[in-house]
Amino acid sequence: MSLSLLETEDETMLRDSARGWLADHAPIAALRKMRDGGQTFDAGLWREMAKMGWAGVLAPESAGGADMGHRAAGILAEEMGFGLTASPFLSTAVIAATALQGAQEKLAAIAAGEVIYALAVDEATKHAPERTSLYADRIGNGFRLSGTKVFVADGSAAARVLILARTSGAPGEALGLTLFDIDADRIGLSRMPRATVDSRDHAELRIESVEATGEDVVGDVDNAMAVLAPALRAGQAGIAAEMLGLAGGACAMTLGYLKERKQFDRTIGSFQALQHRAAHLWSEIEVTASAVAHAGRMLDTDPIAAEMAVSLAKARASKTADLAVREGVQMHGGIGMTDAYDIGFYMKRARVAAEWLGDYGYHAARVAAARGF
Amino acid sequence: MTDEVTRLASFREEIADWIEAACPATLRGGAIGEDGIVWGGRNWTFANPDQKAWFDAAVAKGMTAPMWPQDVGGAGLSRPQEKIYREEMARMNAPPPLESFGLWMLGPALLHFGTAEQKAMHLPPVVRGEVRWCQGYSEPGAGSDLANVQTRAEDMGDHWLINGQKIWTSYADKADWIFALVRTDREAPKHKGISFMLIDMRSEGVTTRPIRLISGKSPFCETFFDNVKVPKDYGAGGSAIVGELNRGWDVAKYLLTHEREMIGGGARGLLGGRSLGEFIGSLEESVAEDPVIRAEAMALEVDSLAFGLTMERYKDRAEGGKGVGDASAMLKYYGTELNKRRYELLMSASGSAGVEWDGPHGSLAPEWLRTKANSIEGGTSEVMLDILSKRVLGMPSS
Repeated sequence: MSLSLLETEDETMLRDSARGWLADHAPIAALRKMRDGGQTFDAGLWREMAKMGWAGVLAPESAGGADMGHRAAGILAEEMGFGLTASPFLSTAVIAATALQGAQEKLAAIAAGEVIYALAVDEATKHAPERTSLYADRIGNGFRLSGTKVFVADGSAAARVLILARTSGAPGEALGLTLFDIDADRIGLSRMPRATVDSRDHAELRIESVEATGEDVVGDVDNAMAVLAPALRAGQAGIAAEMLGLAGGACAMTLGYLKERKQFDRTIGSFQALQHRAAHLWSEIEVTASAVAHAGRMLDTDPIAAEMAVSLAKARASKTADLAVREGVQMHGGIGMTDAYDIGFYMKRARVAAEWLGDYGYHAARVAAARGF
Repeated sequence: MTDEVTRLASFREEIADWIEAACPATLRGGAIGEDGIVWGGRNWTFANPDQKAWFDAAVAKGMTAPMWPQDVGGAGLSRPQEKIYREEMARMNAPPPLESFGLWMLGPALLHFGTAEQKAMHLPPVVRGEVRWCQGYSEPGAGSDLANVQTRAEDMGDHWLINGQKIWTSYADKADWIFALVRTDREAPKHKGISFMLIDMRSEGVTTRPIRLISGKSPFCETFFDNVKVPKDYGAGGSAIVGELNRGWDVAKYLLTHEREMIGGGARGLLGGRSLGEFIGSLEESVAEDPVIRAEAMALEVDSLAFGLTMERYKDRAEGGKGVGDASAMLKYYGTELNKRRYELLMSASGSAGVEWDGPHGSLAPEWLRTKANSIEGGTSEVMLDILSKRVLGMPSS
């Protein structure tokens, strides 16, 4: 594994081929078409991605995976962010594949693109796994789960759901939590699709007396964080990478517009006021790219110590994507406000992604804690 | 790969042992003030014997110029080795054995553009700290518009005759030599009549005058050239002009890029040997817990860490031969703006103690005022944004 933040030749090849393929198969026009048709998931697209090894990006070769690592997963996520590709890549290929490490059959199903996973963690408006109050009561040899999960990405398309439940202790405590791997159609589990601004698949899960057995438990009872924390870190690094790509996509679209739009008989990109704002945005994206690459490298080389690097990446990516989409819409002027133009899609996705798996404040505080204040 | 990793690991051990042995413990106390810096030069006196011992040991091993070739006195380290050297120096709190404009600027210019004679004459004394250089670029009428330099160098046959004025020449009053941009062709377009000239500050007709800044005393000077004679050839040392005649702008641009990388790097990570966390921890409790100050400190730490990683990435890129070029303007812009933000936070967190010239936080107030020049010297933030938008982003000219 490389330690330099520079891309290896293999990584650059992966990026180039992903960008080309996504531009052909999943451009923003595809997202628009899905939204207009009331769809949030394209099964055919996911099958194609699985064929290319993307669904198995983190799965070991023994499970039919490509075992390319987190930096490579980040590059794929970044390229999906660049053109706003909607797929269950992060939920399934990154988060579930990390949580289910060692479960060969499940990993094989993920790598083959046969099973889509969703992660159900949060119950309130902000990301806070330890505040889980969805209880799993012990019934005989098994469990009975009751409660509600919100903001479950890919919750409608998923065939299986990783549900974080409390088996002991009180909300606010990191111990006493257990992660369950549950069939999404199990009796008592209902999924309500929520129409989020980014036109992606998000659902609320109502869980009413859902029965689970010991076989459904991932890792150990009362110690979910041992398996969930690495999965969350992987997902957070992944969504940071997607947001970096998103910022780059919004920036590229905006630069293109500045070079083409004429007002006052000049290309508006010749105005210094706009040039400086564009150059500032580009600078922020460059700095965030380093944090994202670093998070991927750390997950690949020293996953236990990667927490600060991951939070740094997510914090930076949230801020940078936010700047990119605000500047993008503003510099497009009136046309940027129209639904017919694509820049607005970037703004909507950035807002949703900023909230998922911990917002700026959540991750900045983790960085500060790691740095001693 | 494995061999390389093993070699680097043993290099790390070797260099750590060397620092441990060569750098006296008295020098490794963390923050070094202006008095702790070794600049070298003809008139240099060391602050104490330990400082000299560390300097002598570093010179003997070429570690004052770790990446320069061994034939000019450097250590000839590879980029990964140099990175390890920096990391071990930081870990052990060892101060640089020598700092100078010769190391930072003249050296890179000569290594890139110099003749064998020029390198042989000028570089070894820089490595050994025997000659101290200063930079003569800006003039009263040539700030952001640097190519407008008017200091004249007239061709007098066997020598050049220099007349004019430079400004913002740091430490000119203490320097032995100056590398200056002078106009050698007044008819040519302004970028094409400039030469990069090496001038001995002892020459008759050179005078300097210090400049007082808003932050108080400063190393900046005005430097005046009044009928100064500069030989065209320094004997075996080769030409007084680096690069081609009238092509000094190429050298200047190359060096400006280099300088930007260096200034940008000054804003990275630690400040005065203290982390932001330690600084916050040292404050009165009510201040340390102030939500506004905490929020800004967190944001600053996030941005500083990410910028530090970016510095590393760009250095790797430069070393990998991929070049950084105009993108280095980003490092200069971002790093200096970050440093100004950092000092604003330190000042507001220090409250009334921070506004004293020499208060409980030492020289914080003058340092804060001094940071305001960071985004002006070496090219303003606005010039950096111009470079990025035109040359990196390809935005149209007006």
